[in-house]
Amino acid sequence: MKEENVIISKGLTKRFGGFTAVDAITFEVKKGEIFGFLGANGAGKTTAMKMLIGISNPTGGEAMVAGFDVHTQQDAIKKNIGYMSQKFALYDDLTVAENITFYGGIYGLSRKQIREKRTKLIETLGLGEIAHQLVGSLPLGWKQKLAFSVAMLHDPQIVFLDEPTGGVDPITRRQFWEMIYKAADKGTTIFVTTHYMDEAEYCHRVSIMVAGKIEALDTPKKLKEQFEVSSMNDVFLRLARNIE
Amino acid sequence: MKRFLGFVRKEFYHIFRDKRSLFILFGMPVAQILLFGFAITNEINNVDIAVLNQSKDVNTQEITQKIDASKYFTIKRFLTSEKEIEEAFKKGDIKAVINFEKDFSEHLIKEGQGSIQILTDATDPNTASAITNYISSIIQSYQQQQNQGVQMDYQIHPEVRMVYNPELKSVFMFVPGVMTIILMLVSAMMTSISITREKELGTMEILLVSPLSSFQVIVGKVVPYIFLSMINAAIIIFLGITVFKMPIAGNLILLGLESVLFIITSLALGILISTMVKTQQTAMMISLMGLMLPVILLSGFIFPISSMPPPLQVISNIVPAKWFITIAKGIMLKGVGLGYLLKETLILIGMTVFFIALSIKKYKIRLE
Amino acid sequence: MGILVENISKSYKNVAAVKDISFEVKPGELYGLIGPDGAGKTTLFRILTTLLVADKGQAKVAGYDVVQDYKNIRHSVGYMPGRFSLYQDLTIEENLNFFATIFGTSIEENYDLIKDVYEQIEPFKNRRAGKLSGGMKQKLALSCALIHKPKVLFLDEPTTGVDPVSRKEFWEMLKRLQQKDITILVSTPYMDEAALCDRIALIQEGKILEIDSPEAIVKKIPKKIYDIYASNMYGLLTALKDFEHAHSVFPFGEFVHYTDKREGFDSNELKIYLENKNLQDVSISLTEPDIEDVFMELSRK
Repeated sequence: MKEENVIISKGLTKRFGGFTAVDAITFEVKKGEIFGFLGANGAGKTTAMKMLIGISNPTGGEAMVAGFDVHTQQDAIKKNIGYMSQKFALYDDLTVAENITFYGGIYGLSRKQIREKRTKLIETLGLGEIAHQLVGSLPLGWKQKLAFSVAMLHDPQIVFLDEPTGGVDPITRRQFWEMIYKAADKGTTIFVTTHYMDEAEYCHRVSIMVAGKIEALDTPKKLKEQFEVSSMNDVFLRLARNIE
Repeated sequence: MKRFLGFVRKEFYHIFRDKRSLFILFGMPVAQILLFGFAITNEINNVDIAVLNQSKDVNTQEITQKIDASKYFTIKRFLTSEKEIEEAFKKGDIKAVINFEKDFSEHLIKEGQGSIQILTDATDPNTASAITNYISSIIQSYQQQQNQGVQMDYQIHPEVRMVYNPELKSVFMFVPGVMTIILMLVSAMMTSISITREKELGTMEILLVSPLSSFQVIVGKVVPYIFLSMINAAIIIFLGITVFKMPIAGNLILLGLESVLFIITSLALGILISTMVKTQQTAMMISLMGLMLPVILLSGFIFPISSMPPPLQVISNIVPAKWFITIAKGIMLKGVGLGYLLKETLILIGMTVFFIALSIKKYKIRLE
Repeated sequence: MGILVENISKSYKNVAAVKDISFEVKPGELYGLIGPDGAGKTTLFRILTTLLVADKGQAKVAGYDVVQDYKNIRHSVGYMPGRFSLYQDLTIEENLNFFATIFGTSIEENYDLIKDVYEQIEPFKNRRAGKLSGGMKQKLALSCALIHKPKVLFLDEPTTGVDPVSRKEFWEMLKRLQQKDITILVSTPYMDEAALCDRIALIQEGKILEIDSPEAIVKKIPKKIYDIYASNMYGLLTALKDFEHAHSVFPFGEFVHYTDKREGFDSNELKIYLENKNLQDVSISLTEPDIEDVFMELSRK
């Protein structure tokens, strides 16, 4: 079982001066799992995620991501994960095809691989007609779907998604989640943050962070049973309220 | 009025809380003045020169001795013919040659006029200019000594010729020049950045959807920078006087008033820029490229306008800095009064009115 | 003193952002514009707050025409733009004071109105706005928009990017504000917030899909909706999409919302079909539609 855990965090901690943003979080994420990482604004989600993707040094604890140490092997981590956030995804002033080529390039794919992936991706997303349009002119939903595919371009073991569906219309949001399911089905691990509580229900397991600590971690079903409520929204409200 | 004052107070909060812009605001004038000041130093000491004395009479020998005796110059060698002058410069160990004409004393006594040619190596124009000034003043003081008790004035004409860079102008240029740059930069760049920042932040939307009029917003943005720019102007003049012994020949109050006028011109330009662009970055780019470069290149600060190609001379007329540099130089160096600067002042006023009118016309009461 | 919008259209270059939109907000109503990013919500808000002029159509806010009487509107409305638009380098108190001053009032004068909101952030009043959490920024922005006692309040996506706890608190505050005779027009991409409005307009791609109260709007869906569960979500989704009679298949929390093309639908038939696809723990039950179902059904057309 142990080699199946692609993220192992033991007491991972980040302090900024006297303020502890992430307070000794311990959890595991299995291969092919869709792991929902929830928390209120300022609960420490983003900080924790930055440590896991190797762009921020932990001040305590340890974590292994895709088999690499977050303290010493940050470069190796970056090669083995994909990352997509609502804020930074694609270059608006490059075309769809150029964006794909660019990201393929930074992840070290060969020209041949890039060409194959690009053709396949444009075909599966049905972007044929607009492959040479600037990304900036696409509707948000398309951009996000494209961004997700680009983050998956180098077949990473784990994809980190930071609020990927904010502001997207309900149908596109669901299409996006279908892409996530598909990727997970093929064995990619998905680590996702969201403010949509119905999306939390789509996850296999969910952790909820409150004030730097993970206060709950289980399947959505068990969490609802544990708190005796009918939706994840209520679970969330219970937890956050109780702590305050 | 209370609304307006509230707005101005907010502007001051912004300025004093942004350490970076505060540094630019007050650090830059000091740094620039010191940089320009020490780069264009006019101190000279023991400069090696050569003398070509074609006359060899009492007067020329006395002048030569006087020059050699000063702490500024050392006579390295004596030349024997004009042919040797160029050779001497090419060797590079002397900075100037003093050439007394043939029969100098005779000319001086009979015609009351004698000529001395001063040749300087102007590859380093500032030193060259200082050398000629020093030599000229030594000759002049000799002339005054001679004229005491003499009925007819002898006049010695030091004929200055600078080789390699004949158009050289005064070294004291840099104080008015730096002052112009700083006032332009602080006023235009800072206001345009501060207005576009509100656009970027989205606060401009709220300001628009408030009872504040566009006039109040614009003037509210401008008032703090008028104060700050005046402080800057004072710092520059103070440094010029104390550190570089710059003589202020004219009226300080007039200089102050003219500076305020130029500050307002620059602020109006800054506002105009901000009405046309959306981001702080473009505002900064336009201020730097569109204002700084013309100020440095076309205002006569570094390159004399009179030696520019005619098309550039025409273009230089639309650079406000050109007119202010003329005014500042006039007051600081020549000590002239408003009467002599009326044309320049009126042109600046005209430009200011034009920019303000254009910005008010361009300032939108809505987005887009 | 509400809002009246008649046949408003607005294009940017060649892209139509708002297409012939009409609706009316009654005085004292809490009215929601519900739609995703790019639906035209912000454009509409900017037209109503006099920041933009529409290409076609007319609109009145608090009885004033948005073009001719724009000055009057600017005195009498409160506006909270989509992005966090306060001065980051000013403290909470300085921000509030500034907005009070430019509207010609003071914090003390209208303290009653903002008390409910402001009290929650008052302990931090000397903290700079840039250092506040998302929820606190949102409360400060609301206080600033309210400080001059506006007749109409425009809130453009006030809860975007804000966590569910803060969102819930925010809506509770709006409900209480409504009691103080303020007409509120609020936009949001979160469909679950729609239920908290008196009336809502569903908007997509510059057009209004439907207007009604949240209770009435969900009754407009003609299809019966079934909650379908199976242990393997991805398998369930693909199986349902392959089912020849499927009308719509959307994941909804732990279930899939399913509608059938046919009038007479037999859940047993579908259950057998799914079980033949090797899906386990299959359950099918009729469920009540919610606003998101309505939105998706309407936007399919």
